Amino acid sequence: MKTIAAIVAVVSKDVRSELRTRYALNALLMFVLIAVATILFALRDDHLSSDVLAGMFWVVIFFTAMSGLSRIFVSEEERGTTFTLQLVATPSVVYWGKLFFNAGLTLLLTGAVAILYIVVFPAFVVQSPSIFIVTLLLGDLGFAASATILAAIIAKAHSKGTLYPVLSFPVLIPLLMTVMQSTAKALDGENISDAFGDFQILIAYLLIMAGGSYLLFDYVWKD
Amino acid sequence: MFGKIDEMKIVKIASIVLITFVIVVGMVIPMVAVPQTFWQFPLIPGLEEKARNIFYHVPVAWVSVLGFLISLWYGFRYLQTNDFDNDLKSVSAAGLGFMFCVLATVTGSIWAKFNWGSFWNWDPRETSIVILLLIYGAYFALRSALGSDEVRARLSAVYSILAGLTAPFFIFVMPRLVGGLHPGAQGDTSGSTPVAQLHMPLNMRLVFFLSLLGFSLFFFWLWNVCVRAARLEQTIFSNKQ
Amino acid sequence: MKTVSIDAKNISKDFNRRSIFHDISFEVSSPASLAITGKNGAGKSTLSKILAGLLTPTKGSVEYGIDGKTIFSGEFRHVIGFVSPYLNLYDEFTALENLHFLSRIRSNTIDRQRIQELLMLVDLWHRRDDHVGTFSSGMKQRLKYAFALLHRPNVLLLDEPTSNLDDDGVEIVKQIVQEQKKQDLLIIATNDAAEANWCDREIKVGMDRGEKQ
Repeated sequence: MKTIAAIVAVVSKDVRSELRTRYALNALLMFVLIAVATILFALRDDHLSSDVLAGMFWVVIFFTAMSGLSRIFVSEEERGTTFTLQLVATPSVVYWGKLFFNAGLTLLLTGAVAILYIVVFPAFVVQSPSIFIVTLLLGDLGFAASATILAAIIAKAHSKGTLYPVLSFPVLIPLLMTVMQSTAKALDGENISDAFGDFQILIAYLLIMAGGSYLLFDYVWKD
Repeated sequence: MFGKIDEMKIVKIASIVLITFVIVVGMVIPMVAVPQTFWQFPLIPGLEEKARNIFYHVPVAWVSVLGFLISLWYGFRYLQTNDFDNDLKSVSAAGLGFMFCVLATVTGSIWAKFNWGSFWNWDPRETSIVILLLIYGAYFALRSALGSDEVRARLSAVYSILAGLTAPFFIFVMPRLVGGLHPGAQGDTSGSTPVAQLHMPLNMRLVFFLSLLGFSLFFFWLWNVCVRAARLEQTIFSNKQ
Repeated sequence: MKTVSIDAKNISKDFNRRSIFHDISFEVSSPASLAITGKNGAGKSTLSKILAGLLTPTKGSVEYGIDGKTIFSGEFRHVIGFVSPYLNLYDEFTALENLHFLSRIRSNTIDRQRIQELLMLVDLWHRRDDHVGTFSSGMKQRLKYAFALLHRPNVLLLDEPTSNLDDDGVEIVKQIVQEQKKQDLLIIATNDAAEANWCDREIKVGMDRGEKQ
């Protein structure tokens, strides 16, 4: 129970910190706006198939995530609080805390992108909301599972900003391909049972990556 | 394996002999509609002469995966032992694997151009080899961005394990998700599935496996040289201290 | 009253495959005080981080015991207090918030009385609601002491104890040091001879290693 309380404390510290400073959150939301605007200007009125829309949706999410999900570790390194955190918390507390924070952040950003897409692109009509929501949930959790440990890795490296997407992309490809396919199905209004195969893959990905990164986190976090 | 030179002699000679044999035999044996003797290959409609690629492209692709697996294994061993020799072996395997991966992607693309019309097609195996290329690239990008030897060895080992965890998805899931053009893929109705179901006749199968063996041995030869060179480099470096 | 012991066995640390120090061994049991001295770059800070459980030694091990029983690194955080230039607090939070959060993370408790006691000890009670980002380096250093002592650590590790401190600050540290020495373990890493003299034992890190009483 103490561990759970500690994890909650870590998450709440990060949340309070973000709300207090606001730089990162504002920048991220602006980034979402700009990214969607870029795609809007590039594609304009062209008739877009659901595959393209689904693909572009997740492209924006990928790059937004790359802008935002590394903060939790990079900011600790930059401010010299990594050792402080290491001193008061066990590695699993840090891992789960940062993971939940990133999961929450990803869900928030994805929600924002989804709303923007629905508003901005007339062709982006979610005919199967059930598929869409499950895809977003599973996809975001899987995303956070991989992205968090990779954030911990690049926090110790130079040129963190450019390195993060380079490391993340290959690892996220199975997830991205699956969610793009599933999102296209959501746009096309298919039956939720058609997407079960995709959901199985997403759950498998989430479990494997969360489990694997939990086991490996010690090696990254502790010098 | 790295101490005794005699062992390596066998590896070296065997790999040269095997590869030479395969190159010659693979190109020379004629393809006829109905093979009569051992020294004739069947003509597969749709593939014809291009089927010969199987003796070269597939083993090279296999070796690039082998390189990754060996690199992953020694990375894992480094995490257990903190012995830099393991890191050395890991990096050497990765470097060679990367080279073979480039070769596999290029030979694959060229074959794709001749077989299917364009250099890039949305085919699961073609995609997988490119993803492997990206993983290798990311691995080396990470290594060059890290400051100390200890951190470099540790984090690149972790990354290769993470990347390795996604491998099952590429191997098992993707080909089922995405219909492909590669012989043996989901949407392939032409019946030319020599690799996936080993429908190759005995003589082709023999040449193919000899090629696989030859290229694998060649890899170990190269790896052996790389590791020994790296160890010497390390000795020179530490003697300078 | 607990007895704490540290048993360091043949600790070596490499960086970029070069040895910073090797084969450091010592044993201390409370009450005791140990000074780690040596030239700049000799590895004093590195050794103190290893003792705090923040770095893993390349070779060797550190064993902590409470009343004879070995405790594992997962438990260290309850037992060790550390003040170091490498350990900072969160600028965007107030002094009070910092202590609250860190206390919650460490042990899911907030001992308000203790927090007040300590903030008054380090003369920061009047600044408790100010963001740490507005503090001077001396004030930040004093706050680090409040943080380090929060959970009444059996082992107090100080790396450069009086850096950034004015005379008043140094007096506070002396007070803290005297208190700690009475019943618990104190370890100071410093190249200041005066500070080293606060301790009963000394261990040198670097070229000429050894131990003297």
